[in-house]
Amino acid sequence: MPDISDHKYDQQRGAATAQSGLWAWINKRFPAESFIRSQALEYYAPKNFNFWYFFGFIAVVVLVIQLLTGIFLTMFYKVGEATAFDSVQYIMREVDFGWLIRYMHSTGASAFFAVIYLHMYRGLLYGSYKAPRELLWLFGMIIYLALMAEAFMGYVLPWGNMSYWACQVIINIFGTIPVIGGGLVLWIRGDYGVADATLNRFFALHVVAIPLVLLLLVVLHLVALRHSGSNNPDGIEIKAHRDANGKPLDGIPFHPYYSVKDLVGICAFLTIFAGIIFFVPTFGGLFLEDANFTPADPVSTPPDITPSWYFTPYYAILRAIPNQRIGALMLLLAVLAFFFLPWLDRSPVKSVRYRGWIFKLFLAVFTVSFLGLMYMGMQPPTPTAYVISRVFMVGYFGFFVLMPWYSLIDPVKPVPDRVTFHHDH
Amino acid sequence: MTIKIMGKLSRLILCASALSLTVAVGVAAVRSASAAEIPGVPANTEPVDWNSWTAGNNVSDLASLQRGARNFMNYCEGCHSLKYERYQRMATDLKIPDSVLAANLVAPGSTNLDYIGTPMPSEDAAAWFGKVPPDLSDMARYKGTNYIYRYLRTFYADPSSPTGSNNLADPNVAMPNVLSDLEGVKEAVFRTVKGPDGTTQQVFDHFATDSAGNMTPEQFDGFVRDTVNFLDYVGEPAQIERQRLGIWVVLFLLVLTGFAWLLKREYWKDVH
Repeated sequence: MPDISDHKYDQQRGAATAQSGLWAWINKRFPAESFIRSQALEYYAPKNFNFWYFFGFIAVVVLVIQLLTGIFLTMFYKVGEATAFDSVQYIMREVDFGWLIRYMHSTGASAFFAVIYLHMYRGLLYGSYKAPRELLWLFGMIIYLALMAEAFMGYVLPWGNMSYWACQVIINIFGTIPVIGGGLVLWIRGDYGVADATLNRFFALHVVAIPLVLLLLVVLHLVALRHSGSNNPDGIEIKAHRDANGKPLDGIPFHPYYSVKDLVGICAFLTIFAGIIFFVPTFGGLFLEDANFTPADPVSTPPDITPSWYFTPYYAILRAIPNQRIGALMLLLAVLAFFFLPWLDRSPVKSVRYRGWIFKLFLAVFTVSFLGLMYMGMQPPTPTAYVISRVFMVGYFGFFVLMPWYSLIDPVKPVPDRVTFHHDH
Repeated sequence: MTIKIMGKLSRLILCASALSLTVAVGVAAVRSASAAEIPGVPANTEPVDWNSWTAGNNVSDLASLQRGARNFMNYCEGCHSLKYERYQRMATDLKIPDSVLAANLVAPGSTNLDYIGTPMPSEDAAAWFGKVPPDLSDMARYKGTNYIYRYLRTFYADPSSPTGSNNLADPNVAMPNVLSDLEGVKEAVFRTVKGPDGTTQQVFDHFATDSAGNMTPEQFDGFVRDTVNFLDYVGEPAQIERQRLGIWVVLFLLVLTGFAWLLKREYWKDVH
C-alpha cells in the first residue's frame, strides 16, 4: 500500500500517522484517535462544574440500562392481548433473574425522568438554554418529548388494568382536537377501543421506532454540546480567555478529569438505583401501581386512574380546567413553554448566581408550582384539588409568560471575567 | 492526610448508606410492625376499627409460609388457583420435602411441575357463585396483604345474604364464609349514626360471638396471618432472594463509590 499520509492534510491529523502497528493501521483508515482527541482528551470543559452537572452523563447511563434490559425483556415478552400479561408474570417468576431485569427496566423508566428533570432544572438555574446554546436546548427538549412517548407506550405493554385505562384516558386527550379528533383517536388505537391492535403498534414503536429516534437525538444533542461548549454554574464563556496555545484558561480536558468525576456520580446513582430495585421496587405504588397487578379489563375501571408520577404535573393541569378542549390545550402549552425559553429570557446574565431577586422569586414560585402540580395530579379528583391546582398553574405559566418583562427589569449583579473555583482539599 | 481522606470517605459512605439503607430499614420496620395483640378479640363494646388492622406478616419466616401453604391447599385451592406458581417452585422456595409435597399438597391428577390449579370447573363456579373465584397469584400485590387479612377476619353471619354470611372488607362478596368451622360464627353489631344532613346510617361497631369454632381466636388469627404470608410470597416468589442479594449489591456499590471518589480526588489534585 503506498504511503498516503505524506500530505499536509494528514499531517494535521496529529501523531497518529507517525505511529506504527495496529493503532496506526486503524487510524489511517478511520479517525479513531482524532475522534477521541476532539471529544475527550482535547475537549475542554469548564473546571467549575458542580453537583448539577452529573445528570447529563447519568442520563446516558440510564439510556444504556434501558436499551440492554429492554433487549432481554423482548426475548421473553409476548406481545398480544391474550399473552402480554401472562408473559410479564413469566418473566417475574420463572425466567432466571427476570425479576431483576424487569425491575431494572421499570425503575429505569422513573429514574430516567427524575434524572432528566434535574438535568433540565440545571438548565433553568444556570441559563444553559441562552445563546449560543439554543439548538442544544431544543434538541434536549425534543428528547424529552420522545421520552414521554417512549414511557407512555412502554407503560401499556404489561397490559395490566392500569396500563389499559391510562392508555384509554391519554389517547382520548387527542379526541379533543377540533374536527380531526375523533378520526385521529381511531387512527392511533387502530380499533374502536384500546385493543390488541393498539398493543401491537405500541410495542413496535416502543421497541424499534422511538429508541432509534432517541439515539439520533442524543447524538445531535452531544454534537451541539461539543460545538458550543458546556455552560457552567457561573454562566461565563470559558472560550473568551485562552492561553498562547488557544486552550481555554478555565477549561480542563474532559478526560481524565470529568470522566473520573462522572464515575463518582454514576456509582452514587447506581447505589441509590440498586437500593430501590432490591428493597422498594414498586416505590410505594409510584413506579409500579397496585392496580397493574391485575390484567386489563375493559369492563372494570380502577377506582382512581392516574398516570405515572412523571406525567402528573400535566395531568393536574388537564383536570383542573373544566373545559376539556382548553384543558388539553393548556397541557400542550405547559410542555411546549420550555421550547421558547431561549427567546423569552432577555436577561444579560445566564447564571442564577448573578441574577437579581425578581428572577429568583419567579424561579422559586415555578419550582414550588411544578412540584405542587405533580402532587395534586396524584390526588383524588375533588373541587378543592382543582382550586389548588389552578393556583399552581398560575405560578407555572407566570414563570414563562412574564419572563420577557421580569428578566429585563431584574437587578442583575456584575458577572466576573473568570469562573469561581474552590479546590476541595 | 490519610486520616483526612478516610474522614471524608467515611462521611461519604455514611451519607450514601443513610440514603439507600433507610429504604431497607423502612421496609423492615413496616414488615415487623405486626401488632402482638389480636385485633377485635375478645369482642367488647369498644368500637372495632378493623380498617386499621395490619397483616404484619414476614415472608422470611419459613415455618409460617409452610403452614400458609398447607392452609391454602386445604381451604382455598378448592376454588382458587395460583396459576403462575408451580408446585415444584413452591416446594423449593419453602423447603418442603418432595415426599410431603406429593403426599399432601399436590392436587390429585396434577404433577409437581404443574401450575397450582383448582379442581373446580370455571363454568360451574360461575353458575354457583355468580362469578369465577379469582386467581390468587397476584392478589397480595393487587389488593395488598392488609386487605386480605382484613377480608379473612371480617366475615359475619348475615341471614339476608344468599351465602348466609357477609364481609366488612368486601361487602356483599359472593364468597361464602369457608373458615367458619375454624373461627366459629360471629355477628356484626351495627350502631345508628346521624349524618350532617339528618339522614341516619348503620355503622359497624363490634363483633359478637354466636358460636365458637375449632380454633381459639389466637389460633385463628395465626391461621389467617400464615395464609396471608403465603399469598405474599406467591405474589413475588423472588422477594426473599431479592432482599438477600440486594444487601451485597448495595454494599459493593458503596465501596465502589468510595474508590471512585478517591480516584477522582487523586486526579483533581492538578486542577487549580
